[in-house]
Amino acid sequence: MAEAFRIRGAGRIEGARGVRFSFDGQSYRGIEGDTLASALLANGVHLVGRSFKYHRPRGIVSAGAEEPNALVGIRRDRSRQTPNVRATVQEVYDGLVAISQNRWPSLAFDVGAVNDLASPFFSAGFYYKTFMWPKAAWERFYEPFIRRAAGLGVAPDRADADCYSNRFAHCDVLVVGGGAAGLAAALAASDAGASVILADEQAETGGALRGEKTALVDGKSAWEWAKEATETLAQRANVRILTRTTAFGYYAQNMVALSERRTDHLAEPPTDMPRERLWQVRAARVVLATGAIERPMVFPGNDRPGVMLASAARCYLNHYGVAVGRRVGVYTAEDSAWQAAFDLKGAGIDVSAIVDSRPSPPEDFVERATALGIECLTGHAVTGTSGRLRISSLKARRIGGTAIRDIACDALLTSSGWTPSVHLFSQSRGKLVFDADSQRFLPGEGPQDCISAGACAGALSLAEAVEQGFRAGAAASGKRRRKPVPMVTEGASWSEGTLGPAEDAGTGAFAKAFVDFQNDVTAKDIAQAVREGMRSIEHVKRFTTTGMATDQGKTSNMHGLAIAAGILRKPIPEVGLTTFRAPYTPVTFGALAGHARGALFEPVRRTPIHDWAKMQGAVFEDVGQWKRARYFPQDGEDMHGAVARECRTVRESAGVFDASTLGKIEVTGPDAAAFLEMIYTNPWSKLAVGRCRYGVMLREDGFIFDDGVVGRLAEDRFHVTTTTGGAPRVLHHMEDYLQTEFPQMRVYLTSTTEQWAVIAVQGPKSRDIIAPLVEGVDLSDATMPHMSVREGKVCGVPARIFRMSFTGERGFEINVPADFGRAVWEEIFAEAQKTGACAYGTEAMHVLRAEKGYIIVGQDTDGTVTPHDVGLAWAIGKNKTDFVGMRGLMRSDLAAGGRKQLVGLKTIDPRTVLEEGAQIVADPNEPVPMTMIGHVTSAYWSENCGRSIALALLKDGASRIGERLFVPMPDGAVNVEVCRPVFFDEEGGRLHG
Amino acid sequence: MLLIHCPYCGEARPELEFRHAGEAHVARPVGADVGDEDFEAFLFLRANPKGIVFERWRHIHGCGRFFNAARDTVSDRFLVTYKAGDKAPADIEGGRV
Amino acid sequence: MRRYSVFAIAREAMRGHRGWPEQWSSPEPKKSYDVIIVGAGGHGLGTAYYLAKEHGITNVAVLEKGWLGGGNTGRNTTIIRSNYLYDESAGIYEHALKLWEGLSQDLNYNVMYSPRGVMMLAHNVHDVQVFKRHIHANRLNGIDNEWLTPEEAKAYCPPLNISRAARYPVVGAALQRRGGTARHDAVAWGYARAASARGIDIIQNCEVTGILRGADGAVTGVETSRGTIHAKKVGVVAAGHTSVLMQMAGVRMPLESYPLQALVSEPVKPVFPCVVMSNTVHAYISQSDKGELVIGAGTDQYTSYSQTGGLHVIQHTLDAICEMFPMFTRMKMLRSWGGIVDVTPDRSPILARTPVPGLYVNCGWGTGGFKATPGSAHVFAHTIARDEPHPINAPFTLERFRSGRLIDEAAAAAVAH
Repeated sequence: MAEAFRIRGAGRIEGARGVRFSFDGQSYRGIEGDTLASALLANGVHLVGRSFKYHRPRGIVSAGAEEPNALVGIRRDRSRQTPNVRATVQEVYDGLVAISQNRWPSLAFDVGAVNDLASPFFSAGFYYKTFMWPKAAWERFYEPFIRRAAGLGVAPDRADADCYSNRFAHCDVLVVGGGAAGLAAALAASDAGASVILADEQAETGGALRGEKTALVDGKSAWEWAKEATETLAQRANVRILTRTTAFGYYAQNMVALSERRTDHLAEPPTDMPRERLWQVRAARVVLATGAIERPMVFPGNDRPGVMLASAARCYLNHYGVAVGRRVGVYTAEDSAWQAAFDLKGAGIDVSAIVDSRPSPPEDFVERATALGIECLTGHAVTGTSGRLRISSLKARRIGGTAIRDIACDALLTSSGWTPSVHLFSQSRGKLVFDADSQRFLPGEGPQDCISAGACAGALSLAEAVEQGFRAGAAASGKRRRKPVPMVTEGASWSEGTLGPAEDAGTGAFAKAFVDFQNDVTAKDIAQAVREGMRSIEHVKRFTTTGMATDQGKTSNMHGLAIAAGILRKPIPEVGLTTFRAPYTPVTFGALAGHARGALFEPVRRTPIHDWAKMQGAVFEDVGQWKRARYFPQDGEDMHGAVARECRTVRESAGVFDASTLGKIEVTGPDAAAFLEMIYTNPWSKLAVGRCRYGVMLREDGFIFDDGVVGRLAEDRFHVTTTTGGAPRVLHHMEDYLQTEFPQMRVYLTSTTEQWAVIAVQGPKSRDIIAPLVEGVDLSDATMPHMSVREGKVCGVPARIFRMSFTGERGFEINVPADFGRAVWEEIFAEAQKTGACAYGTEAMHVLRAEKGYIIVGQDTDGTVTPHDVGLAWAIGKNKTDFVGMRGLMRSDLAAGGRKQLVGLKTIDPRTVLEEGAQIVADPNEPVPMTMIGHVTSAYWSENCGRSIALALLKDGASRIGERLFVPMPDGAVNVEVCRPVFFDEEGGRLHG
Repeated sequence: MLLIHCPYCGEARPELEFRHAGEAHVARPVGADVGDEDFEAFLFLRANPKGIVFERWRHIHGCGRFFNAARDTVSDRFLVTYKAGDKAPADIEGGRV
Repeated sequence: MRRYSVFAIAREAMRGHRGWPEQWSSPEPKKSYDVIIVGAGGHGLGTAYYLAKEHGITNVAVLEKGWLGGGNTGRNTTIIRSNYLYDESAGIYEHALKLWEGLSQDLNYNVMYSPRGVMMLAHNVHDVQVFKRHIHANRLNGIDNEWLTPEEAKAYCPPLNISRAARYPVVGAALQRRGGTARHDAVAWGYARAASARGIDIIQNCEVTGILRGADGAVTGVETSRGTIHAKKVGVVAAGHTSVLMQMAGVRMPLESYPLQALVSEPVKPVFPCVVMSNTVHAYISQSDKGELVIGAGTDQYTSYSQTGGLHVIQHTLDAICEMFPMFTRMKMLRSWGGIVDVTPDRSPILARTPVPGLYVNCGWGTGGFKATPGSAHVFAHTIARDEPHPINAPFTLERFRSGRLIDEAAAAAVAH
C-alpha cells in the first residue's frame, strides 16, 4: 500500500530507507525515522485503539510521550511481547509487528462497544453503588466480568528473552530535555568546563523544534541549529548525550533516575545488548528543560479518531512529512495552533476552518488565514463532531449563539494551550506556584539544587526558552556566561489558552466531552464527582479515575482541575493539584531489576567443601544465602533412609560434617574477656586458655539472640562462633556495643567466617580418624577434654582444633584456612571411611542434636524466648552486675509464671512423627477456638532411639513432665507424653569418650 | 537513595553503604535497679520527631564505624553528621544538648 | 441517606446523574462534641461509624488534616487476611475479616471485598516450619489456612515460577482462601458516607495542633487550624503521625515512622488471580480490578515523614517480582508512591486507653493496617464508648512494652503483614 499521506518535499526524514511493518495483520510501508504513529498516519490510518471503559474508537492524539490513546502491543516473538506501547514513541523498524488492544473481535468492530451505548449507566464511580446483591455474586459474577472488561493490553505469558542493565553516573550538570532550552543549557554548562549529561526521551535531540519550520536561531533554521548544537556537544569530552532516555524520577539529594531504551527501535538487536538500561545519576546540579505539553480542547465528540493536537499535526508534517488529513479543521484557544494551520496550508492541505474560542485572536493571524482562503470562526466553540471510526465533520456555534454550522473535515486539530511539564520539579519536592494570569502551575522554590528553564519554567517563546536555557546552563556550571545568547527570530508563541470546556459546551447532561481519553472521563463525570461531595482534587481523581491512566493525565489534569474548581467556585490552587509521582512515563520492570535475576538475584554462598559434596550427590538446602548439604543419599536412598543411616553411623562409628557456614568472629585485645562478659550471659574472665564454653547472647530486651561455642586461644584472644544465619547481625551487634557503649574497651572484632573451613568429626571413632593427621596436639581425654581448643597442624596445615560436640558424641571441629578446606576434608574423609564413618548433612545434624535436646536458635526459639525458658539458666553468670539483656530479663512478664518452656514430647505411638509447628492442647475435644498451650518446634524420626522424638515449647512445661497431652491434626489428635528434652545418653557419658 | 557524609571517611557516600541504627543519644541504663519506666523508655520510647531527628548510622560497607546524624525527617535533608560519642551540635534547631 | 442500588443508578442515568446527593456533608466544626476522632482514614471514619451504630453516640467529629482517606488508607496495597499466629492477633484480624465479608451490604457501598485468596510462599525449611505453625494454630482458632505443594501453588497462581533452578525455589505455600483485597478508597468513602448519614461531622482540612487537658489532666478538647473544639473524649487514629499528636498530650510512644512504598503497573487483561506474598524474597503482588499489578515494597531503613523513599527499595522489590514471575519483566511501572507507617517494637498495634484520661489511641499497624480496618474501628469504638477495651483489643495495650508481654508477630513468624 502506498503512503498516500506522505507529502513530497515536506519533513526531514524523506529519502531514508523504506521499511515494512504490520498493524493488526495488515502490512504497511514506512521509512526509517518514522514512529509507528507517523508511519500509520502516512498510510491514512488514524483508528489505532479502543478506550478503557466504553471501548470507543480512538485515534492518534499526540506526537510524543503524552499520548493517551494510541497504545498498541508490539510483538517481536513469543517471548518478546510488550503491551501498552505508545505508537507515538515506538520507532518503526523493518518487520515490526503491532497489534491493537482492548477490542474483540477486531478494532473496527468491537463487541465491547456496547458499553458505550450503556454509558449513561456506567457513570463515574457507578461500581461503588451496585453489584452488592446478592452478596456472593460480586466475587462469582460481577468482579470477573469487570476484570475481563478492564485492563488494556495482554501481559506477556512467557519469560522475557531480553536482558537489562543498570548504571550509576555522576556529573556536574544533568540537563533533562534536549529541546532548545536543554541544548542551550548543555552548551553553556559544558563551555564552562562542567561535566554534563544531557538526556532526551526522543530518538534525537531537538524537542519541540521537530514541529518547527519557520523559526530561525542565529540565522539558521531552528532545527538545523539544534543539530549543530548537538554535534558540538557530542564532540566535547565533558558531555554525554543520552537519547531515547527518559528522566523518570527525581529523588533525594539530586539523584535522578533515567531509563534508556537501547534496542526497541532496532530490527535485529544484537543479542548481547541490554534492551533497556537504568541510569541513576547523582548530579551536583540539575537543569530541567522538560518543555510543555499541549492540551486538547474539551468538547463533545473530541475523542473521535482524527481529532488531535495541533502541535502533533505540525510535527507530523514538518518532521515526518505526513499530512494528518486532506481537509483539516482547527479548534483552538491560543496562537500556536494557527501556525499549524498555516504550515498545513503551505504544504497544500485544505484547511476547512479555524475555530477559535477567543473573540479576538491576533489580527495578523486572522488576516493571514483569510488571505490563504481559510475561514476563521472567532468567538466560536465546537459543539460536536460526526463520523464513526473517523471524524467527518465538526459542528461549530458562536459562543452564546444557537446556529450550528456543520463543517466537513477528516481531521481536527485542537489546542487549548500549553501545560508546563513540572513533573520532575514537583518530584524533587519543589513547590509549584499557580500563576493566575496564565492559569499555569510554574516551578517555585525547591529544596534541591535544580534550575528549570524553557517552556517548563514558563517561557512563552522560543527566544525566551533559549535565553533561559543558556542562563541556567551557565549558572549550573558555576561560571559566568561568556558567550552571547543566539538570536532567535520568529517562531510561534504559546502564551494563551483555556481550561475546561468552552462556555455551555461540554457539561451537558448527556454530552461526552472527554477530559481523560484513555479512562473515558468526561467533563460531566467530573461535575458529578464534585456534586457527590468530592471536594479535593484527589477525591475527584480517584472517584472518576481521571489522570490515572497510563499517560497519568499529562493532557488532562489541568482540565479536570479547572472544571472542578469552576463548579466549586474556588480558585484552582485551593482545589489542589494532585501530587506528581515517579515515574514520568512508565518504566519497564526489567530495567529496574537490571541484572538481579536468577543467580544474580542474590549471591550464593558456598563452602570450600561444596563441590565435593556435590560430586557425592548431596542434596542441598538454602540457609540464608548459603547452600548447605542436607543429606548424602546412597544407592537410591530417599531422604528418610539417608538421614537414618547417617544418624546411626555417627553414633556407631563417626560422621564427618561440613560446619564451615557457622559464623566466626575473632575477638582480640586486652579487654576481650571483659567485652564478652557484657555481650554474653555467661562469665568469661575465668575461662582458662585452651578451654571453650557454650555462650548465650541476648538482646537488650532479654530474649535469646544467638548462641555458639567460644574458645579462648590466649588471654587476649577468643574464637567466637555464631549460628549460620546470625553471623552478620551478631558482628553488627558486637560492633555497636563496642563502638558506642564500651568505647573505652581495647577490643578488636574481625569476621573470620569465610577464612576458616570447619570440618566436624563426631562419633566414638572421631579421635581415631583425625589422630593420624594431627601434628603437635595431644588429643587424649586427659590433656584435651571435652570443651577445649588447641592450635596445631592437621594434614600439615595450621589448624584450630576444638573438642566439642553438637551430637552428644565425642567430637572435634577442625578449623583450617579456607583454601585448604577441600584438601583437608578429603584426607579426613579417607581416614573416616576406613572406620566405616560417613559424611552427614544438616538434616542428620538436626536429628542428632535433637536427640540430645540441644536447641537451634531460630527453630526452637523464636525471639520471645528467654534462657530460662529453654533450660539455659545455668548459662547466666550469677555474679555478673551487667550484661546485655540482664535488665530486660527482669521485666515482670519475663519472670512471671505461665511461660512456655522447652520440653521433649514422645508420641504414644512411637512410629508417629509429629509435624513441626503443630500445636499442643490439653483437651482434644474442646470446640474451636481451642486453647493452645504450646507447639512442636522440632520433630524427627530418631533411628538411634528407635522412635519419633520432638522438642516443644509448652506452657509451664517444666512442671508437666509425664503429662499426657494432645497434638490435634486435621485427621485426629496425636497422643503425646511430655518428657525431659533429652532422648539419648541422658547422663552425657559419650561426650567424654 | 540518600547521600550520607561519613565523618570518619570524610566523604559523602550512597546510602547503600550504610545501615540506619535508630535514634541517637539514647543512654543505656546500667544495673539491676533501673526502674521499669526508665527501662521501658530506653528500650522502646522514641521521640520519632517530624522535623529534626538525631539518629545513628553505621558505615557498614565502608569503614564500619557508627556515627550520629541530624536529619530533617520531613525533607530527609542531613544537617550534620558527627562522630559517635560527640555531643549533638548545640546550634541545631530542636537539639537536645 | 439515599440508598445505592442498580435501580437508583438506572433512575439517575435518565437524568444524567444530576440527582445524586453528596456522599458526605462538609460542615463547619461545632464548638464541642462528645467524641473527637483525629484522623479520617478508614480506621478513624470506621470508629465514628461504629460509635453511632453500635453505641448510639452521634455527637462526634472526625478531624482530618488533609482529605479523608488520603493517608495510608489510600496508599496501601489492600491485602486482607487473618492468618496470624498468636491468638491475640488472629482474634482481631479474624474479627475484621468477618466484618469485611458483609461490609458492602452494611455500608450500602461496594467496597469490592474480593476473597481471591492470599498465598504466602515458603522458600526454605525455616519458612515451612513457620508456615506450618501458623496453619496449625489457625486451624485450632477456626481460621482457614492451608498448605500447598509447589505444584498446587502454581495451579492456584499460574504465573508463579516454581522451577527448582530459581535462586530461592518455591518449596510450598500457605493459602488463606478467604483472604483477598478490597477497594481502599471505597472503604474510606463508604464509612464516611454511612457515618455522615448518622449525623457525624467529618471535617477535612482541619489540622490538630494541640491536645487540651484540664486541671485534672484529663482531655478537654483539641486545638485545630480551624479553632478550638471541645470534647471529653479524643481518639487518635492518625497512623504515621501518632507520635507527633501524642506528644501534644505529653505521651511518648513506642513508635517509629518509616516510609513504605508501593507501585502499580500499567493495566493489562486478567493475568494474576490471587494475592501472593513472599517474605524471603520480599515481594507482595496482586492484580486490581482495573488490571494494574499492585506491588508492595518494603520500608526504607530510616524514619521519615517525607512520603517518599529510595528507588533502590523499589528496585529490590521488582528484582523479586521478576524472579518469581519472569514473564513480568516487560511490564511497566506506571505509578509509585509512599506512605508513612508507624511501627511498634513488636509489630503489633496499640488500641488502648492512654495514661491521659479521655485520650485513646489506635496506632502501630505498621505495614498491615488496611486489613484490620473494620475490626479495629469496631473495637476501638467500643473502647471509647465504654472507656474500657473490648476483649478483642484488651491485649493491645501500651503497658505491654513495660511488662514485656509483647505480641511479637515479627519475631515469632518472620512474616511481614
